[in-house]
Amino acid sequence: MSRRPLSEEAITSLHGAGGELMGRLLSERILPKFELNSAGPVGLAALDDGAALELPPGVPIITTDSHVVKPIFFPGGDIGKLAACGTLNDLAVMGARPLALTLALIIEEGFPLEDLERILTSLAKVLAEQSVALVAGDTKVMGKGELDGIVVNTSGIGVAREVITDAGLSPGDAVIVTGPVGDHGFALLAAREDFGLDSDLVSDVAVIWPLVEVALEVGGVTAMKDPTRGGLAAALNELARKSGVGIVIQEERIPVRPGVRGLAELLGISPYQVACEGRAVLAVREDKAEQVLAAIRGHPLGREAAIIGRAVEKYPGKVVLDTGVGGRRFLEMPLGDPVPRIC
Amino acid sequence: MTPDPFALRDPKLASKFARLFSRLAPDRPVKIVHVCGTHEIAVTQHGLRSLLPEPVEVLEGPGCPVCVTSTADLDCALKIAEKGAILCTFGDMLRVPGTELSLAEAKAQGADVRTVLSAEAAVEIARRNPGREVVFFAVGFETTAPGTAAVLLDSPPQNFSVLASHKLIPPALEALMALPEVDIDAFLAPGHVSTIIGSDAYRPIAERFQVPVVVGGFEPLDVLYALALILRQLREGRAEVENAYVRAVLPQGNTRAQELLARAFRTVDAHWRGIGVIPGSGLALRGELARCDAQERFGVEGELGEEIAPGCRCADILVARALPSDCPLFGTACTPLSPVGACMVGSEGACNVWYRYGGRPQL
Repeated sequence: MSRRPLSEEAITSLHGAGGELMGRLLSERILPKFELNSAGPVGLAALDDGAALELPPGVPIITTDSHVVKPIFFPGGDIGKLAACGTLNDLAVMGARPLALTLALIIEEGFPLEDLERILTSLAKVLAEQSVALVAGDTKVMGKGELDGIVVNTSGIGVAREVITDAGLSPGDAVIVTGPVGDHGFALLAAREDFGLDSDLVSDVAVIWPLVEVALEVGGVTAMKDPTRGGLAAALNELARKSGVGIVIQEERIPVRPGVRGLAELLGISPYQVACEGRAVLAVREDKAEQVLAAIRGHPLGREAAIIGRAVEKYPGKVVLDTGVGGRRFLEMPLGDPVPRIC
Repeated sequence: MTPDPFALRDPKLASKFARLFSRLAPDRPVKIVHVCGTHEIAVTQHGLRSLLPEPVEVLEGPGCPVCVTSTADLDCALKIAEKGAILCTFGDMLRVPGTELSLAEAKAQGADVRTVLSAEAAVEIARRNPGREVVFFAVGFETTAPGTAAVLLDSPPQNFSVLASHKLIPPALEALMALPEVDIDAFLAPGHVSTIIGSDAYRPIAERFQVPVVVGGFEPLDVLYALALILRQLREGRAEVENAYVRAVLPQGNTRAQELLARAFRTVDAHWRGIGVIPGSGLALRGELARCDAQERFGVEGELGEEIAPGCRCADILVARALPSDCPLFGTACTPLSPVGACMVGSEGACNVWYRYGGRPQL
């Protein structure tokens, strides 16, 4: 069997040079993955300098995020799925139905083409499921050792009927989380470190728009946030600070999977400080809270949703945790990366 | 059936303790001191202070091994690293300030400082680097010292040595009792350390100073149970050693580990940051193991530098004379990201724990 040239197995600097190899990479490996590739008069297939969009009525929302994750393939997903969900979720918690996405890949020389295909396939799958168009893109190659594998940037555009910010909480509002917290962070920790543990933890990475959509249909949603970096603790603290209210949380109502709880105990890392990639925190007016909760629970992604607390006038800008054993403390804003304790 | 690992967090039982506390509430201020970072985390993380009767205060004394390591020992470690050795230690040690530098700063300047999770990991590094000197900077109380003893007694490679900065808890408890304005009413004794030394090790302290000493575990109900036993002793005017952690701690402790400690180390006077010299509170390598003594091998001596920065109340916090919230720098000039004092550096330090878990808010 003859060996295929390197340029057919791995990314080389030539792929980033804009010539024939780049053209082939785009037309053979990248573009065919995206069936929905236009949201207006000029789409991806035109390979023009930009996309022209036609948006439905409402407020256009735009957001961008660069994704880096180690390992690139993890239990429950990969950097492609993460890059799609991350940006679509940022749109969703602004109240926007996601419509179109741009994709910029920065790839290290030597990165296996097979891995690139896998990543793009899972990114494309998310977009197809949500009927979101990929409308523009860019690919750059950097030298070996100049970055670690791949960086995926996505920008998203959506349209909101009503813009939901972080600052809309009022005293009395119920706080809902749409599912167990900490799955993504601990699944990655378990996959990355050799703890010698059998772990069946899977990332929760998913698009949350379907849950947000049913909640918005019921009405009464006053604020939303996706608890990604810094986890639930960061999301709640930001909501409290920006809204100028206090939030009191009942610890025993926070959904946490047993596997996450166990690993959290073992490592001395709080499950409330670790990232989720498929959850939303919603604040809902008191009179609509039960209805919104029921609507979210009616969706397969939201079966474990729970009302975990309420906004209060007291303690403005702070989050108070009623601990499961009857104690009370502040749930602080996380600082940085959690580190396992020493003894 | 597998027992529920979180049974010791049962809210119903916890609320029973809250009722019990109201019956046991003392009629005067009571100061209970523990000496264990993990106890501080349990107390703070679960908000247990808010369950205690008003006049009862729980404080962390010198319970964070990283926090009490003296600048002299740190400077020895820095000098050894400067001489080109691979210096291995626990992660939290890296950011503790020495006289001029921390190990992390020395590392940034090119010193080969590595983080390990155990003494064995340092030995493994020595085996993989036969051409280099590898030094394990050994900190920690009776809990971690047997691990160091075990590798010392197991014919470590020629290029491996230990800079011993292990410290002992019972002499520290005695020293605290002798300090002015500390006024301790009872000790919550550390569960991990006690698995090694045994609950009987505290009898001389309970008898000599007439203070209750209760060994406690680390789940919320473990801690509440131990605190209830302490309050009952105080109410009944008793000063005894009680064991509220019987599923892990024996009266005599772990005799095998004690034997390892006795074979590898001799007790010496040791300097504790913020406290000073405590007689018989340190461990030095026995003469037979002199070849593994990094201080001798590298001919380094540390000098006591400035241990407490101006304005920082670490010295009072480490002897349970003050709470983190009593320090004007806490949470303002001093945070875990830019710590001023050692208590904010170590993840078991009182200030660090209070910062991360919300301390004792007036709720």
